[in-house]
Amino acid sequence: MHCIVCIKQVPDTTDVKINPETNTLMREGVESIVNPFDMYAIEEALRFKQKLGGKVTALSMGPPQAEAVLREAIGMGVDEGILISDRAFAGSDTWATSYTLAMAIRKIGDYGVIFCGKQASDGDTAQVGPGIATHLDLPQLTYVRKVEDVYENRVVGERLLENGYEVVEVPVPCVLTVVKEINEPRLPSLKGKMAARKAEIATWTAEDIGAEVSKIGLEGSPTKVVRIFTPPARVGGEIFRGEPSETVPKLAEKIKDIVINTAS
Amino acid sequence: MTDDPIRVIEDKCVGCGLCVKACPFDAVVMEETEAGKLARIDLVKCTLCGACVEACKFDAIELKKGAETTADLSAYRDVWVFAEQSDGEISSVTYELLGAGRRLADDLGQSLCAVLLGSNVGEKARELISRGAQKVYLADRPELAYYQDEPYAAVLRDLVEQRKPNIVLCGATTIGRSLIARVAVAVNAGLTADCTGLAIDKESGNLLQTRPAFGGNIMATIITPNSRPQMATVRHKVMQEADSEPGRTGEIIEHEVKPEHLKSRARRVKFVREKESTVNIAEADIIVSGGRGIVKPENFHVLQEFCEVIGAGLGASRAAVDADWIAYSHQVGQTGKTVCPKLYVACGISGQIQHLVGMSSSEVIVAINKDPDAPIFKIATYGIVGDALQVVPMLTETLRKELGK
Repeated sequence: MHCIVCIKQVPDTTDVKINPETNTLMREGVESIVNPFDMYAIEEALRFKQKLGGKVTALSMGPPQAEAVLREAIGMGVDEGILISDRAFAGSDTWATSYTLAMAIRKIGDYGVIFCGKQASDGDTAQVGPGIATHLDLPQLTYVRKVEDVYENRVVGERLLENGYEVVEVPVPCVLTVVKEINEPRLPSLKGKMAARKAEIATWTAEDIGAEVSKIGLEGSPTKVVRIFTPPARVGGEIFRGEPSETVPKLAEKIKDIVINTAS
Repeated sequence: MTDDPIRVIEDKCVGCGLCVKACPFDAVVMEETEAGKLARIDLVKCTLCGACVEACKFDAIELKKGAETTADLSAYRDVWVFAEQSDGEISSVTYELLGAGRRLADDLGQSLCAVLLGSNVGEKARELISRGAQKVYLADRPELAYYQDEPYAAVLRDLVEQRKPNIVLCGATTIGRSLIARVAVAVNAGLTADCTGLAIDKESGNLLQTRPAFGGNIMATIITPNSRPQMATVRHKVMQEADSEPGRTGEIIEHEVKPEHLKSRARRVKFVREKESTVNIAEADIIVSGGRGIVKPENFHVLQEFCEVIGAGLGASRAAVDADWIAYSHQVGQTGKTVCPKLYVACGISGQIQHLVGMSSSEVIVAINKDPDAPIFKIATYGIVGDALQVVPMLTETLRKELGK
């Protein structure tokens, strides 16, 4: 089976801090990483390859430096990495992004399962996976926390719901978006790291994937950001120190009203 | 180049550097030129978010606006709320959306409507009316008994294309997010996820959608000026529930479902309810979470008792989940759930950013940790420096007495 994994390079949120003086985002020396949820997507694709044979291709839409996450994926065992990059993609929202990735997948042509992480840690929308599925008219299973069975023509997976989970059988080709519970991502192997260093990452432009100008970038994005602001910083609170016999009553006093009001 | 979507107007730039500080993507740098310091935007890193335009006091940055639409958007009217149901029970987030929707509909002078898909859910349509829906679009078919991506998306899309709503709101639940993302693409509409604020812009009539980004480090306000409907998802506990007034009247409009829309390539094999009798933390008003400081899985019963006394849901940090002390469904944080309760009690949790991302918008945060330097104390409203395993049982007893339990 040919599995495709869509991955994204995101800023490492641990390193993103707010400058207390200006109350703005400080991004000096912030590292870029593979979107955390995408690691689980890469791992699951590799497991599918182990079970069924075939190939795994990683795709990423981003600026030239996003090549780094494709190399990381190759280090884990992915066979090929393709970067979809073009200045024309600047300003893409989830509609335009899912369209662009869908066009790239169309160009690849033959595939079984398309994997995405549930959401990206910078945008946090969880919309691109289902968006790709819709552009390609494919069935989807989102929030997949476990794959029970995989065959060439179908996948049986568990979707995590708020009140439990459902077991769903989805035909291939399809889109799966995965959550953390599904697996433990492997570390890159030595052989993988060497392959990653040597790999030739193809770059596809808007023209290469046959994208319509009106559907990409700023023009292809129905949503527009009109304002960015930092939320008011939380004011430091009251911290009680001392023996529990002293501190506990003080805390209880503070929270009892909330508890009483919500209990009703 | 005049082709560029964003540019610095060199005559106006004084080199103050405010734009550099404002950029969340590190895309602006100050360069020394013969004319002095000038801002330069790296078009590769720039996402055209406009933060620098806002920050510049000299109007020295110009952001090209997208083409205005020529389509007649005034044909799109009314505020719709997708009523999520499971086993015939309407989820509470629907009532919260009706609350927010009412406000928006009033500001627009348009109607508030609900969309209900299910099987034998006619009674529930009446419930939605008592919560303020003036119209309920009902698709009642056995094939729609439970959520399946393709039929639900096909029916909702059909309704949207036929009836042309101005705004569509949906809960940011597993089902809601999976469904509405498909519909938005299908109808070429903009969709904003996890909105914490919704308002109507008085001048344009556009829906202002405010949401956190970068794990909550910044807030963004988003509009979809050129497309309709304007779609947004909202999490549990962010908006106020609409009151129920049984005397309210409204119209139930039965939607004629086309047979081809009921097809689903995916098939549900079975549904397994969560075995533990835990409160669904996404819906909880109070959450008590345990982390590494709980030391071992057996100690979670200390938190469990506390939860029972104060009526809280039980959460956990990634450390506790990774150590297999508690199931992943309890995990709060960047790769777990995001919650917004009235009260969040973090016990033995240090407060790494990945955890904070999942709970920092809680109204009141209480932190209990042995380490006085734990980052969690920086965002806590109240805290105790102490051993959670000692403090929590005492807190449980004290509150048990206060509540007369």
